[in-house]
Amino acid sequence: MNIIVCVKYVPDATADRQFESDNTVDRVGVDGLLSELDEYAVEQALQLKEKAGDDTTVTALCVGPDKAVDAVRKALQMGADKGIHVTDEAIAGSDYIATSLVLAKAIEKAGSEQAVDLVMCGMASTDASGSVIPAMLAERLDLPQVTFASVIETQGDQIRVKRDSDTATEVIGATFPLVLSVTDQTGEARYPSFKGIMAAKKKPMETWSLSDIGVDAGEVGLSVAWSEVEDTTARPPRTAGEIVTDEEGSGATALTGFLASKKFI
Amino acid sequence: MTEVLVVVDHVDGAIRKPTFELIALAKRLGSPSAVFFGGADASAAAAEKLKAFGADKIYVVDDAEIKGYLVAPKAEALQQLVEKTSPAAVLLVSGYEGKEVAGRLAIKTGSGLITDAVDVEDGGVTTQSVFAGNYTVKAKVTKGTPIITVKPNSATPEETAGAGEVEQFAATVSDAAKKAQIVAAQPRQATGRPELTEAAIVVSGGRGTGGDFAPIEGLADALGAAVGASRAAVDSGWMPHSFQVGQTGKTVSPQLYVANGISGAIQHRAGMQTSKTIVAVNKDEEAPIFELVDFGVVGDLHAVLPAATEEINQRKG
Ligand SMILES: Cc1cc2nc3c(=O)[nH]c(=O)nc-3n(C[C@H](O)[C@H](O)[C@H](O)COP(=O)(O)OP(=O)(O)OC[C@H]3O[C@@H](n4cnc5c(N)ncnc54)[C@H](O)[C@@H]3O)c2cc1C
Ligand SMILES: Nc1ncnc2c1ncn2[C@@H]1O[C@H](COP(=O)(O)O)[C@@H](O)[C@H]1O
Repeated sequence: MNIIVCVKYVPDATADRQFESDNTVDRVGVDGLLSELDEYAVEQALQLKEKAGDDTTVTALCVGPDKAVDAVRKALQMGADKGIHVTDEAIAGSDYIATSLVLAKAIEKAGSEQAVDLVMCGMASTDASGSVIPAMLAERLDLPQVTFASVIETQGDQIRVKRDSDTATEVIGATFPLVLSVTDQTGEARYPSFKGIMAAKKKPMETWSLSDIGVDAGEVGLSVAWSEVEDTTARPPRTAGEIVTDEEGSGATALTGFLASKKFI
Repeated sequence: MTEVLVVVDHVDGAIRKPTFELIALAKRLGSPSAVFFGGADASAAAAEKLKAFGADKIYVVDDAEIKGYLVAPKAEALQQLVEKTSPAAVLLVSGYEGKEVAGRLAIKTGSGLITDAVDVEDGGVTTQSVFAGNYTVKAKVTKGTPIITVKPNSATPEETAGAGEVEQFAATVSDAAKKAQIVAAQPRQATGRPELTEAAIVVSGGRGTGGDFAPIEGLADALGAAVGASRAAVDSGWMPHSFQVGQTGKTVSPQLYVANGISGAIQHRAGMQTSKTIVAVNKDEEAPIFELVDFGVVGDLHAVLPAATEEINQRKG
């Protein structure tokens, strides 16, 4: 099987994430890393490889600035076989539409020698949290989408997943090739071992520009975005609230008093 | 007036509240046209309700042939409706399905997409709350038909009737769209409490409950609230995943959020930080959740919550 895992490089959620003066996400000044939610996708890809046997290759694909190569490297350390980093100045500030175009074109190129069976994604990126790229990739690549999987079962070229939708728990079935996105319910992702970290250094890694994948610079980037951010404002810090310490029931009375004063009772 | 398509979110014809919020927002942009995917049996009653909340038009798309498939057929049908009506915008509820239909529709129609809006103003300017609620972003679609997914609880439903003209819309759905099949579906069991994302009050419990959610449920019932949980509580198997609040669970934005035995990790905050009033009970005065609160009690939830519940029930008489 030929599996491609889409991994995004995102600003660390525990750092102070911020915007640039042009209202794009600061992807350089803030420490970044492989999106935690994409680790689950890498993990599931590796498990599928382990189940399928040796001839399966897992390729980690990332679209992002120079530093984003770190996300690919982490996936290689976890056990992916190959890395592809698509980077080009013209991509900066791309929205979902443009990002999905670049990813789709890169996936097509990656599949030009051996057809891709499975495109895997996280359930959402931890910065944009759109949860739309997997559906957009399915649309662009004309593949079935099997998304938000919390349990995955495969047999031959068939897949069955459990999906907790908004109002029901569903079982979705489809036939490869397809786009699969996985949730954090699929199970903890492995940590890179020392051996994995050493091995990653020797793994094949390609860097592609827009012209390598046949995308015109005029189709992507901030200037042609399909949506425009007009303004970003840091939320004013919450004014410090009142904190009481419970002593023999005083906490409950104070709490009830507060709720009543706000008319919640 | 230009139409604004509002995709109706419903379960077997029972329309969920966020749809009425979307109709209220749609009125700011044009004339609300609801799009109802469902059978003939459910559509008549649904159309009445949609009209009562302001829909001028209701497109009924018979879903007999497509309801067994994931997302793609709905996107195709909507593309055809967008071509027919040239709407000012398409509004959908921000949930798994709404977002994915929106994503596909955006590619199909070459349109810009904005997800997780918490407000939509006249002119199509949207407000989003990003980075775990630390930033507010105003944005606007600049190409194609604005496609906007809106979070629940972002507007107040308006019960002022629209023209309510019903039109059957025959969509053609390709075989390619029918490749991901819904093999089985088990509807979520009703809890008897308000829906988590729609509730005005949410009372949540975390690892600090030690697995005993009775104090959480007791307070929730005294306040008429929904029950929520942290991922730690879900991962421990104490509550089903559908109760999880946070980055990989539900985003809630109630009038009041009460966090009990929850430390306030960034991923939890991402799902509740925009709540209007925040209250926490935690035995650790250093817990980060206290940075967010309007009111906090440092104490053991197993003592504080039952006592508070009793006082509240007494006050209610
Ligand atoms: C990719 C990713 C996604 C995630 N998504 C989510 C998400 O969607 N939602 C989410 O909630 N988390 C999420 N998390 C997990 C998150 O990082 C935290 O681990 C989690 O929120 C902690 O849950 P908690 O606050 O219940 O537990 P803890 O952090 O262990 O806190 C328990 C708290 O209870 C207090 N306590 C203990 N006993 C008592 C008592 N008797 N009375 C009162 N207080 C008591 C303690 O002082 C402590 O503050 C995610 C993590 C990752 C990596
Ligand atoms: N720039 C990117 N590079 C690689 N994968 C991405 C990128 N952006 C999004 N993805 C993938 O798409 C998923 C959903 O992203 P999003 O729609 O932005 O929430 C992520 O979990 C990734 O798997």
